[in-house]
Amino acid sequence: MEAQIRRVGVALVIAFLAIFLQLNYVQIFAAEDIASNNANIRSLLAEYSIKRGDISTVDFKPIATSQSTNDRFKYLRTYPEGELYGQITGYYSLVSGTRGIESAYNDQLLGESGVISMQDVEDTFLGSGERGDDVRLTIDSRLQELAREQLGGQEGSVVVLDPRSGEVRAMYSNPSYDPGPLASHDADEIRNYYRSLNPTSPSSPLLSKALRTSFPPGSTFKIVTAGAALESGQFTPSSTFPDPDAIDLPLTDDTLTNFTNTSCTGTGQIDLFTALEISCDTTFALIGLRIHDELGNTAQQFGFNDTIPFDLTTEASTFPEVPDDQEPLRAFAGIGQGDVSATPIQMALVAAAIANDGVVPRPRLVREIRDPSGSIVEEPAPETIGRALSSATAAELSRMMTAVVQSDSGTGTAARIEGVEVAGKTGTAQTVEGAAPHAWFIAFAPVSNPQVAVAVLVENGGTLGSEATGGQVAAPIAKALIERDREIRQW
Amino acid sequence: MQATARRNTELSLLILALILGGGALALVALARSTDKLATALPFTAVVAGCCIGAHIAMRKLVPQGDHLLLPLAAVLNALGLAAVYRLSPNGFGPTQVTWTVIGIGLLLATLVLVRDFQVLAHYKYIFGFVGVGLLLLPLSPLGTVINGARLWVQFGSFSFQPGELAKLCLVIFFAAYLAERKELLAIASRRIWVIHVPDIKHFGPLLIMWLLSLAVMFFERDLGSSLLFFSIFLVMLYIATARIAYLLIGTGLFAIGAFIGYQAFSHVQVRVQIWLDVFSPKLISDEGYQLAQSLFALATGGLFGTGLGQGRPDLIPAAHTDFIFSVIGEELGLLGTAAIILCFMLLVAHGLRIAINAGSDFGQLLAAGLITSFGVQTFIILAGVTRLLPLTGITLPFMSYGGSSLLSNFILLALLIRISHQSSSAPAPAHTAEILVGGRG
Repeated sequence: MEAQIRRVGVALVIAFLAIFLQLNYVQIFAAEDIASNNANIRSLLAEYSIKRGDISTVDFKPIATSQSTNDRFKYLRTYPEGELYGQITGYYSLVSGTRGIESAYNDQLLGESGVISMQDVEDTFLGSGERGDDVRLTIDSRLQELAREQLGGQEGSVVVLDPRSGEVRAMYSNPSYDPGPLASHDADEIRNYYRSLNPTSPSSPLLSKALRTSFPPGSTFKIVTAGAALESGQFTPSSTFPDPDAIDLPLTDDTLTNFTNTSCTGTGQIDLFTALEISCDTTFALIGLRIHDELGNTAQQFGFNDTIPFDLTTEASTFPEVPDDQEPLRAFAGIGQGDVSATPIQMALVAAAIANDGVVPRPRLVREIRDPSGSIVEEPAPETIGRALSSATAAELSRMMTAVVQSDSGTGTAARIEGVEVAGKTGTAQTVEGAAPHAWFIAFAPVSNPQVAVAVLVENGGTLGSEATGGQVAAPIAKALIERDREIRQW
Repeated sequence: MQATARRNTELSLLILALILGGGALALVALARSTDKLATALPFTAVVAGCCIGAHIAMRKLVPQGDHLLLPLAAVLNALGLAAVYRLSPNGFGPTQVTWTVIGIGLLLATLVLVRDFQVLAHYKYIFGFVGVGLLLLPLSPLGTVINGARLWVQFGSFSFQPGELAKLCLVIFFAAYLAERKELLAIASRRIWVIHVPDIKHFGPLLIMWLLSLAVMFFERDLGSSLLFFSIFLVMLYIATARIAYLLIGTGLFAIGAFIGYQAFSHVQVRVQIWLDVFSPKLISDEGYQLAQSLFALATGGLFGTGLGQGRPDLIPAAHTDFIFSVIGEELGLLGTAAIILCFMLLVAHGLRIAINAGSDFGQLLAAGLITSFGVQTFIILAGVTRLLPLTGITLPFMSYGGSSLLSNFILLALLIRISHQSSSAPAPAHTAEILVGGRG
């Protein structure tokens, strides 16, 4: 029987070797493939067992924080301020992934930024559980709350930034969304809520209008046009232009009229300074026709036709290159209409650049990153996108924008603040036929030593509808924000 | 090897096994929290004390007994214990310690009671009837269905799997029965092609066993146990008669049974589907969930594993019983699983060596049957959890949680040690064959 027993032994050895080979396949060769299956929630569980860092405003108000739970995902992400910061923090979701700061600073929030601190070593050895780093934003909760309050029920967008550092002090668009339900540990709740946000629609509240939706900038764009005119060397603020009731558009029977359907001054001619102060369309249409290429260059130097480098995803504003045979569109481009479109943050940067001596600051959303022990591990330094205008041109434009607010004949008098010189530009941008215009206001203050730059957009005239102008609807919002910033920072 | 030298080797290996097992248990406890170390220490002490106690008793009871079986069983048992404790430190963990203590007690009791294993042959029909009775007991009103299989018997709050004990009884019966009539069964009266086929009347026992295994499959809904019983019988029949024909015909019969089972039962079809396509979206979160989680655990372990207590094998449903191997695979990696497979192979090789040296026909068949049942059971469950073959739930000897399994495996161990002691003490065995891994002891 020995021979048979030995054969049984051989058979069993072969059987065990087969298992060993299969184990090599499962544990080594196919391991990555198998382990990366979505149904394997190990990496999620590991991630959710880390106490993710908090996101707070610059004034230390927590806007995204982690709470321990009793379910198998140890921490629940909560957003105490709901939709107020939804488009900034984004979300941290089991099903929908991450977005916003939660996405851009995921590694830091998980404490995996590569900087190993003593705290990490302690956590590992004492088993006190991993903790991520805290992200402190540049957003000021008081300005952010005021932005929402000022927009009220009106759809639109507000961007407030420091023109020197590029720090975004407030950024709010209506409608927004509450990221809370997306951070739920209940997959069905997440899916239902996510679907209700129309994630694939370009008008989904998931997308910040301030960063990703382009609107015709209307007359606020005249700053860019004036800047290009001055930079071209062909014009000065006192250069005069004819002031007709309407100008004939080349190649067509159409005419371009002013907002009032009359001439701007009634004197037959107008200088560039006054044209900006009272927002005379015909003047800027003429400039648009004369220096189209230069205007395009200047617009690009302000950031048009390129995505703005930022902590969050931005969409490019556009200034189209209009061919010779479509000259009327060049006239419209001069007044920020036609195919010109801009995001609110782009227009805030236009104001900031004038305030900042002609240099466009790179907008920033993060003040600093602190490890759990409280020491700063990352502190982004101010950067610039580039110079849009010479210092001299910026100074001229600053004077002209000051007149818009401070001169009684200006269009932006509603933004005047007692004791502070404010520079600004209104915009009342035509949209589609029959729809009320978008009301814009961009501004900075104080003129002598700019501390804050603002862009306000109220879509379709807001509560005033078709009667609205940028001066009436948007300028008071900008004023309120500037005043509050002055109170907060005591400048 | 001299008796004392053997026992000394056994002691040093046993200490090594206990250090390994104790270390694993300590790591598992530490991974939970520093203060849990204190609760794991008594378990280690109790198990170590029992093992050393068993060793001391064996110096008296079976001085010539095999010296590797106890240390190998101890290391497998201790690692299994660490894994069970890791999954359920307050429930199954402590219970498994209790079962281990009782198991070692039964090992010694068996060695004390069975002074001469040949005596067992005298009671072969009793063992046969008890074995069949136990096997069919779950079909009685006492039986309960757990996880779809009617394999359990319930006495109040206490439940056990009589199949595990039935296995031992039936092996004793087969060994005695086959030793008695192996010549008769081996006579080839016919020749089909190149195979010598015994007379048709000798197929009686084969058919009875086939029907019994089918009964297990159909009424207890357990393909794994059915396969195990039938393959033990076939292998023993083959060892006794050297007739390949039995193996081939038996395999054919089983294939027919399995095919009928596949056609008749949706749960068998599902098992096969899971095996073929476990990651399909339809199966992965439903019927295939457990196997998929097992594979995720093994894949996550990779070569080195996550470290004891550092993985998430608790994601595998009921990991402490059939899937204990995957728990080890996640936390100790391929290195750990390969080491465990090696331990099982060594155990099987030693068992087969004991069988070869057993001296008498009954001893040879008994040892071979016991170790084959052990090896085949190990293979069936390991092949299942690694997706080499369709999964059929049976326990992994010495490692899975469960009293029935642990107790019967310690009895199995005792019988093998007893046989090895007796054959070594016998005046010089005819020859010591080398076998595969073991070689000369």
